[in-house]
Amino acid sequence: MSVPAASAAPPLPTAADRLKFYGMWLIAAIVLLLLPRIFGSGGALTTFSLIGISIIFSLSYNILLGQTGMLSFGHAVYYGLGGFLAIHAMNIVIGDRLPVPLPLVPLIGGIAGLLFAVLFGWVSTQRSGTAFAMISLGVAELIASSALILRTFFGGEAGISTNRTKLLKLFGWSFGPQIQIYHLVAAWTLIAVIAMYALTRTPLGRVCNAVRDNPERVQFVGYNPHVVRYLAFCFAGFFAGIAGALAAINFEIANSAYLGAEQSGTVLFATYIGGVGFFVGPIVGAIFVTLLSLGLSDLTQVWQLYFGLIFIAVVLFAPGGLTGLVMMHRPLLKAATLPKVIPSYLVALPPTLAMIAGLVLSIETIVHYTVNPGDDPHIRAFGVGFDAASRSIWALAAVLLVGGFLVARKTWQWVAHAWDDAASVAREKGRPA
Amino acid sequence: MLELIVISTLNGVLFGMLLFLMASGLTVIFSMLGVLNFAHASFYMLGAFFGFQISRWFGFWPALLIAPLLAGMIGAGVERYGLRRVHRNGHVAELLFTFGLAFVIEEVVQIVWGRSPVDYRVPALLDFPAFTIFSTNYPAYKMFMLLVSIAIFIGLLLVLKKTRIGLIVQAALTHPHMVGHLGHNVGRVFMLVFGVGTALAAVAGVIAGPALVTQSNMAGLLGPILFVVVVVGGLGSLPGAFVASLLIGLVQTFAVSMNGSLAGAFGPLSPAYASSWVADIWGVTIAQIAPIVPYMMLVLVLIFRPMGLLGTRDT
Repeated sequence: MSVPAASAAPPLPTAADRLKFYGMWLIAAIVLLLLPRIFGSGGALTTFSLIGISIIFSLSYNILLGQTGMLSFGHAVYYGLGGFLAIHAMNIVIGDRLPVPLPLVPLIGGIAGLLFAVLFGWVSTQRSGTAFAMISLGVAELIASSALILRTFFGGEAGISTNRTKLLKLFGWSFGPQIQIYHLVAAWTLIAVIAMYALTRTPLGRVCNAVRDNPERVQFVGYNPHVVRYLAFCFAGFFAGIAGALAAINFEIANSAYLGAEQSGTVLFATYIGGVGFFVGPIVGAIFVTLLSLGLSDLTQVWQLYFGLIFIAVVLFAPGGLTGLVMMHRPLLKAATLPKVIPSYLVALPPTLAMIAGLVLSIETIVHYTVNPGDDPHIRAFGVGFDAASRSIWALAAVLLVGGFLVARKTWQWVAHAWDDAASVAREKGRPA
Repeated sequence: MLELIVISTLNGVLFGMLLFLMASGLTVIFSMLGVLNFAHASFYMLGAFFGFQISRWFGFWPALLIAPLLAGMIGAGVERYGLRRVHRNGHVAELLFTFGLAFVIEEVVQIVWGRSPVDYRVPALLDFPAFTIFSTNYPAYKMFMLLVSIAIFIGLLLVLKKTRIGLIVQAALTHPHMVGHLGHNVGRVFMLVFGVGTALAAVAGVIAGPALVTQSNMAGLLGPILFVVVVVGGLGSLPGAFVASLLIGLVQTFAVSMNGSLAGAFGPLSPAYASSWVADIWGVTIAQIAPIVPYMMLVLVLIFRPMGLLGTRDT
């Protein structure tokens, strides 16, 4: 009997691998430092801060959904409680003149999130799957409704506010200007992202993946899936608390919307649209969704509808999310069969875009007649002006929608064929798609 | 006191029956398709808004028939062209699909009918007090709602127990794979069940619309309660859903009519605590915590009896 080679530890990384690995984080840090120099306006800095907070929150959510396979509908509870505790801590620090600088406050939020995750987690994580999803929803509704009852702590509808500039000053930083907040958020984002990446490389992170894929087998091996899920839940709560505290610092206020279903839904959208299968997925999703929600609201009145439609489209057609779509092409790229697929994409693109244009045109026309009837029918959506009352626009919308759909359906079948061909060639070359 | 008990019981049973109209569809869909339909309450909302619109054009009685049919057709379409497609990507994707659908339906309703409540009135034929107990007029429309829900409940029971399709549905509740192996067109049964389930939710919407508020947030308010009902009763158990519907209906109705608080029972707190969070807990009335009572029940049931009151499947 020979010793199975698979049980041997993987070879130590070479110097080049290490350089690539640490270089990546270094580049990320440099990019974070350079960003405010390139886009220095106040609006851009606020956007970057929001994106950073969203990245931490989405990654913490992916510890549950992507890595441990737990679908939570109440992750905002830990985000919100982290935010509230951070605000209260800041007010206490200001009141008692304690020597705590602002950069440490997110840690307080994180510990708050961790404590509440420890408290609620043991019960929540007894089961995975639908039962976990339901209990997370129940806990979320419980906390969100309690926030309106316990007025002294949660401040009722108005929320609780603070003043971030009144804390102990470090190196003369008052944290009044947005640029200083940007640096605070960027630093915490980098720390949290590295910490969460490190978590995926630990034995715990690996067992989490095993619990996601096959809990029964994990039990046979001798781990308790419940404990593993509980630990993952606690870590997720900790990082969500950090994100919540950063949000509280950014806005200088915490209110019951922080804990609500909408916040939980947004983080779920961001994580899933980005892709739960890869570590960078939630980062991509957080950037995409934050930019989308800020950008779409300028372009159209009914941006939330488009937001929902994009989410459904991702669930239907790209279950791996945006990163999943990109990563799908890696084996083809390596096997050099990508050129087989590109022409079919180019063929499928125009009818698909036509269909989307037709859909947008119809939605905007309908919106004109239902939301603002009697207004001037010359409306603008996505920067394009058109006459919603003209018959030719209606006909154009219908032709684009129906014709685009019929043609697109046909072309996507070609894409599927071309894809199968390319993938089977790649498989023969030893790179399974 | 007696007046309160009688009226609250009537209202509680009524609310419970409405909940059951929706929960029955939800739990059958869950048992057969294995997916908890997040958008189920959205079909209730669609039913209410369709009912409002159609009763404006043709009157209430055609609306009672057409609105559920429309919503049921949309539901069947969702199953056929949405859920069935997503099914390959696993249960999480299915749940997320219905989650996104609920979001989109709410947005569409807001676009078409606006955010404020619409003026959905009780039909003139039923707009009179049915009877008077203890000087309270009980509206006839509420009795009508109760009768409709009971009639549908009996009809559902008959279909499930006495017909062939009911037999297949019952079998699929416990052994969904076996039903497929026996050569039934499981796809068509799924589509039918989804359509009927959403149509039942829409019936609840049509008849509840005039009595409650028809507004674009009604799905968001009711949806979580519906999940509580289904989970407390036991996922996939129809009798469980029935018991839990009545239980939650009664508990919530009684809770909102009670004014007791810890302060009322044990006297006010000493002034030293007056501005602390203890005062919030001490002073809160049962009526104020009524919205969170169902969720407390959900958490307790999931801790002590995870399969639900009458459930057998351990999810």
